[in-house]
Amino acid sequence: MDLSNTSFLGYRRENGRVGVRNHVILLPVDDLANAACEAVANNIKGTMALPHPYGRLQFGEDLELHFRTLIGTGANPNVAAVVVIGIESGWTERVVNGIAATGKPVTGFGIEQHGDHETIMKASRVAKEYVQMASELRREEAPLSELWVSTKCGESDTTSGCGSNPTVGNAFDKMYPHGATLLFGETSEITGGEHLVAERCRSDEVRERFMFMFNRYQDMINRHKTSDLSESQPTKGNIEGGLTTIEEKALGNIQKIGKKCMVDGVLDKAEAPTSPGLWFMDSSSAAAEMVTLCAAAGYVVHFFPTGQGNIIGNPIVPVVKICANPRTMRTMSEHVDVDVSGLLRKEMTPDQAGDALLDSMLKTANGRLTSAEALGHREFVLTRLYESA
Amino acid sequence: MIDFVVHDEGDSVGVVVVEGVMAGDKLSGWIMDQDIEIEFTAASDIPIGHKLAIKPMKTGDTVIKYGVDIGKVVADIGKGEHAHVQNIKTKRW
Repeated sequence: MDLSNTSFLGYRRENGRVGVRNHVILLPVDDLANAACEAVANNIKGTMALPHPYGRLQFGEDLELHFRTLIGTGANPNVAAVVVIGIESGWTERVVNGIAATGKPVTGFGIEQHGDHETIMKASRVAKEYVQMASELRREEAPLSELWVSTKCGESDTTSGCGSNPTVGNAFDKMYPHGATLLFGETSEITGGEHLVAERCRSDEVRERFMFMFNRYQDMINRHKTSDLSESQPTKGNIEGGLTTIEEKALGNIQKIGKKCMVDGVLDKAEAPTSPGLWFMDSSSAAAEMVTLCAAAGYVVHFFPTGQGNIIGNPIVPVVKICANPRTMRTMSEHVDVDVSGLLRKEMTPDQAGDALLDSMLKTANGRLTSAEALGHREFVLTRLYESA
Repeated sequence: MIDFVVHDEGDSVGVVVVEGVMAGDKLSGWIMDQDIEIEFTAASDIPIGHKLAIKPMKTGDTVIKYGVDIGKVVADIGKGEHAHVQNIKTKRW
């Protein structure tokens, strides 16, 4: 597929970024605000609550990551407007101010001294205005270079490494020369292939930063491990699918960065990239955590190759699933957007598979719902670094 | 019909890509990087996605897939046998 003059239809936001969805979200700062957010989402049709279990007594780097993830989620261009609710108004305002920096409509409510009833009433009035405003926004044409695409695989098996992951790699190789902003991560799942990623780094500085992130994650694993991690990494599902060691899983995993892309920069969790290119983000290898971090970093479409059939979605980012395992395609095809099982029968070339994914990506960007969206998968999972204070 | 694929001709294992492979089955394989087709006989029942040893391996040997080290052999593996967690372990962690 020649992508030179390719464009898509998206929503251009106040800060110039382009989104492919138009969500109005109710964002809880903490676990206590989930009920009010869900009540408002129930009152005002077309809005969506993003409940999660954290936000109390966190501190230090873990707290910074919490704020970065919530602010990044609200700031994501797939979101038109945000109502933030927290148990108290101080941290609520911090999230509101972070999102407001993008120019996006955002209002916050603290529950203390008001209670759920008054908060829900006031927040519902604002959410109604927002959703009616958002419903008037129209898609406009934007060049492919403005589409930010992230990737992470899940419930991988050996077919991921020879089918669905190289398909993502093929698509990334085709998008990269056109100034796309791409991302991969899953720090622990590079183990055994870290030398190959290091070789692809654009400069010594990028390589040093990548190895710093890689070694930092290894240190954490070595500090806490009680075994060789078998059944956790690789997972029980990976092993059922035929993957034996972390090294084998990692070599399959890194097929997603293709053969030509260079690694142009390295990000910490939920940090936004500052220029086009392929970025590595230090991140959890757990699917929902990683996709949540990608969304918080500003990515608007996600490529998710699977072997055994991970069924993940995300509340604000469409997750495009790619699968090459014929058994998974036989038993759970409703979760898959791009069937590349023909690759393993030599009925499809890697080039054709990459084009099929790009075609699905453009349809998705233009508004077609992914399987995960149609099935209601909205996994929103915040990464925690350590215990609460 | 392709029953198993091999990433690189230097690899010690291939991946079964069809369901229902039984010991004694004659299998057609495809070495992807060099685009070579090979024939092989399965020595074990091997589920879809699981590995078939295309070279005999001794305890302590390194297993090669994608042309790269994927772990160590912890119990001898004969040609055509099922190669998985019962005979291969990580060298990390």
